[in-house]
Amino acid sequence: MKKITVDATVDNLQQIIDFATEQLEERDCPMKVVMQMELVIEEIFVNISSYAYHPEIGPATFCVEFEENPPAVLMTFIDGGKPYNPLEKSDPDTTLDIDERDVGGLGIFLVKKNVDEISYRFDDGKNILNMKKFL
Amino acid sequence: MEIQKELNGNALTIKVIGRLDAASAPELSKELTSALDGVTDLTFDFAELKYIASAGLRVLLVAQKRMNKQGSMKLVHVSEAVMEVLDMTGFANLMTIA
Repeated sequence: MKKITVDATVDNLQQIIDFATEQLEERDCPMKVVMQMELVIEEIFVNISSYAYHPEIGPATFCVEFEENPPAVLMTFIDGGKPYNPLEKSDPDTTLDIDERDVGGLGIFLVKKNVDEISYRFDDGKNILNMKKFL
Repeated sequence: MEIQKELNGNALTIKVIGRLDAASAPELSKELTSALDGVTDLTFDFAELKYIASAGLRVLLVAQKRMNKQGSMKLVHVSEAVMEVLDMTGFANLMTIA
């Protein structure tokens, strides 16, 4: 397992993305999967940056590891901010017309759409979000 | 991200180059606040837009809502990767994509 810990601020988004992309490309993951994982990582990391420690700044840890049989990538985000389960947020209604569409909730919705498994737990004062994507 | 603007009368074309993510979306949002004054025909040229995240979608939604009041808006040259995100979120049905 490889991991990186940075202050959760949008300024550090690219650092996390670069770290993840490097791991995925080392495994020869298809470009499409790399792109989808970039999106997933951005949405979660930006959420942590915006809300977890607000108005303070605190650390977020991102871990990535790979499984064989079947091949999959496992990604975990850990932060020590306010307890928050992003999976409790209801999905936006994507069939509404423009005047009724709200700008909220899109990020976590995109995350759910792009991974195969996702689970949240609050453990030892930390938010832990596990995600799995089959390759 | 880089933004290129071309104004012809009331028609504005905005070319967004690179990544429209949480780090860059505020810049586009700020740009649009003033750039859309008096514009009736807005085109986003996404030929060189490689990536869009929810922060970028929010900017597009705000622009679409504004343009519905003052004219029309369309997206052109949308890449496969960006189109996938527009499809997933139902945005493809809210916007004119040429």
